[in-house]
Amino acid sequence: MTAQAPSHEDAHEAHHGHSHGHEAGHGSFKSYMTGFVLSVILTAIPFWLVMADVLDSKAATAAAVMIIGAVQIVVHMIYFLHMNTKSEGGWTIMALIFTLVIVVIALSGSLWVMHHLNANMMTMSPEMMKNLP
Amino acid sequence: MFSNPDLLKFIFGRLTLESIPYHEPILVATFCGVAVGGIAMLALITYMKWWGPLWKDWITSVDHKKIGIMYIILAIVMLLRGFADALMMRAQQAMAFNGNEGIFPPHHYDQVFTAHGVIMIFFVAMPFVTGFMNFVVPLQIGARDVSFPFLNNFSFWMTTAGAIVVMISLFVGEFARTGWLAYPPLSGAEYSPGVGVDYYIWGLQVAGVGTTLSGINLIATIVKMRAPGMSFMKMPVFTWTSLCTNILIVATFPILTATLVLLSLDRYVGTNFFTNDLGGNPMMYINLIWIWGHPEVYILVLPAFGIFSEVVATFSGKRLFGYASMVYATCVIMILSYLVWLHHFFTMGSGASVNAFFGITTMIISIPTGAKIFNWLFTMYRGRIRYEVPMLWTVGFMVTFVIGGMTGVMLAVPPADFVLHNSLFLIAHFHNVIIGGVLFGLLAGVNYWFPKAFGFKLDPFWGKLSFWFWLVGFYFAFMPLYVLGLMGVTRRMSQFEDPSLQIWFIIAAFGAALIAAGIGCFLIQLVVSYIKREELKDETGDPWNGRTLEWSTSSPPPDYNFAFTPVVHDHDSWYDMKNRGYERPVKGYRPIHMPKNTGAGAILSALNLVLAFALIWYMWWLVVVSFVAILVVAIGHTFNYKRDFYITAEEVTAEENKRTELLAKQV
Repeated sequence: MTAQAPSHEDAHEAHHGHSHGHEAGHGSFKSYMTGFVLSVILTAIPFWLVMADVLDSKAATAAAVMIIGAVQIVVHMIYFLHMNTKSEGGWTIMALIFTLVIVVIALSGSLWVMHHLNANMMTMSPEMMKNLP
Repeated sequence: MFSNPDLLKFIFGRLTLESIPYHEPILVATFCGVAVGGIAMLALITYMKWWGPLWKDWITSVDHKKIGIMYIILAIVMLLRGFADALMMRAQQAMAFNGNEGIFPPHHYDQVFTAHGVIMIFFVAMPFVTGFMNFVVPLQIGARDVSFPFLNNFSFWMTTAGAIVVMISLFVGEFARTGWLAYPPLSGAEYSPGVGVDYYIWGLQVAGVGTTLSGINLIATIVKMRAPGMSFMKMPVFTWTSLCTNILIVATFPILTATLVLLSLDRYVGTNFFTNDLGGNPMMYINLIWIWGHPEVYILVLPAFGIFSEVVATFSGKRLFGYASMVYATCVIMILSYLVWLHHFFTMGSGASVNAFFGITTMIISIPTGAKIFNWLFTMYRGRIRYEVPMLWTVGFMVTFVIGGMTGVMLAVPPADFVLHNSLFLIAHFHNVIIGGVLFGLLAGVNYWFPKAFGFKLDPFWGKLSFWFWLVGFYFAFMPLYVLGLMGVTRRMSQFEDPSLQIWFIIAAFGAALIAAGIGCFLIQLVVSYIKREELKDETGDPWNGRTLEWSTSSPPPDYNFAFTPVVHDHDSWYDMKNRGYERPVKGYRPIHMPKNTGAGAILSALNLVLAFALIWYMWWLVVVSFVAILVVAIGHTFNYKRDFYITAEEVTAEENKRTELLAKQV
């Protein structure tokens, strides 16, 4: 979008000394490599956990994969999306927090609601019918 | 060639001659009317040689003001369609007693109420609101355009393409018979095998792209392009509510999109997300669609609250009472609107704890809304109130909306909801808040900002007539529905058994006729004002003694809005500037860097329209062709480097001198 915001720049020109805000940083070679290596490690661990059947229970493996996945998201955001509390004058972190709030509300709310509906409304097997009070 | 059925099927997919409803007299008559009107319109444009200007100045325009105006024109056109559906429904229900079938058979009536809901929400209220945000926000924050002018043009045309998809369903095939949210399993492939639900899905998906992108655009505009000195707590309230609305849009429309994608997967490729078999669960659709659907009603009403805030302050000649509380109330509503969605399906079978939680959050959300009502009242208190048309709409809103809000709190009580759910009481409630809140606000906004957009005021006589017809008509149309709802009459019925109910439906139909008169007066108001435009002319740019920055420009504002970016010191910045003896700079203009018009947005949206049509009718070759064409045009557009130009200092000087002369005449 090169057509964007020409007036914006003009507005700044017209008023010297108005700050341009903090631009998102562009990472260094080192930060990209750190992110890359961390990502590889965080991908290799779950792969190993699943393939080598390291943990005893399936549930523990699944939980571990999920947690490592969440950590991987954070790594990506910091090293590849250059997210920190200061980029774009704090707006990216604000947007992230807002997104997290909404996602948590939508997911946990849906799980809660659907759990209730599932318990109350789903068709029962004859087995369950028999045990009804 | 035409004798080969396989070839025909390949070319036209599901589309056959039988799909054209030429055996339905009502539709044939409508089609003839539309065709004659359309041809007359095209002939007029050709005769007046308007095609060139239409393309150059409007269709390809990236000017936020023109795009805003086009959004509102789209909304008004669609309002006429949606209201025609409403009139038909009222007529049907007033007639269909004692074995009389009324004017429609049930399968047609079901399409009418579905189309009414879909059109009124997605293609009247949404474009109306977006149109105002587009037109007003950049002017209020002292910007020259939105952040992404091309994206804005593209968003508008995507919304229009979605509207056209829905309109095509009137004459080619059929529309959904599922109600405006298309709940499965009724909307699944098994129970709705025809094209109706597909029209619904693709119409909303195409328009949804436009809505989401314009949300992103306006957030970026408000966050990044405010005039120097305009901190967040100095933004006009309309800009505040627009910011919250657009955040809601960006956060929730993806949920709608994803839900509809899952539904289309069920319908097109036979997955089982929302079917009753193989682990599918239709209740999940209802849960997801309301996570979008409840914030959606706040998307509509928050900008209307913003309009009322501007109107009340201006016409009471006072600073808005409790500016900070207004801002916080808006933000609280924004967050709380995510915590109430289950109140749309209390009766679906959640346990007491879930229902209690969502019932209480729903009651809590009425607190910030109530605070707003008090803020408006206290603004009027001891104000020097001028009862111009926008103010009339505002007062009408305050009375009507409070009634709607109170019935809303009644519905928020889960045990009461078990009785009232799916009844006409609910219908009366949400029309009470959407007409009394959103629509009254939008019409107040039309009367308020019209002089800014076109340079002349709207005729007050016809405006007042329109207001009174609407207000009285509203009460006649919807109060009977509260009564019927309390008697247990359910919604979406095409025929009734009990003749004692008929009188209430006749009263409601009379109310609808009054509203029709109100809409008629509004249209006459537009025509009369155009004829009397010299008399109603606004040369000052500030016809209402306004308080915010848009009134500091000429009416209509120049293409570049502000020759110099204003500097803001207070939240009623223009009022503040006037009080401090602001002197308009009359020289020293510099060239202004502007975005260039482009046809890419309109072309891309037209291709999307073709894609949607092909998907609806299973014309797979056309799906591929139009999809590839979209990619080619989109990528091609990125190589268009001629995107900007300069308005020279001489042109700016000439434009501003004209204004200087006009202003000099005033004194």
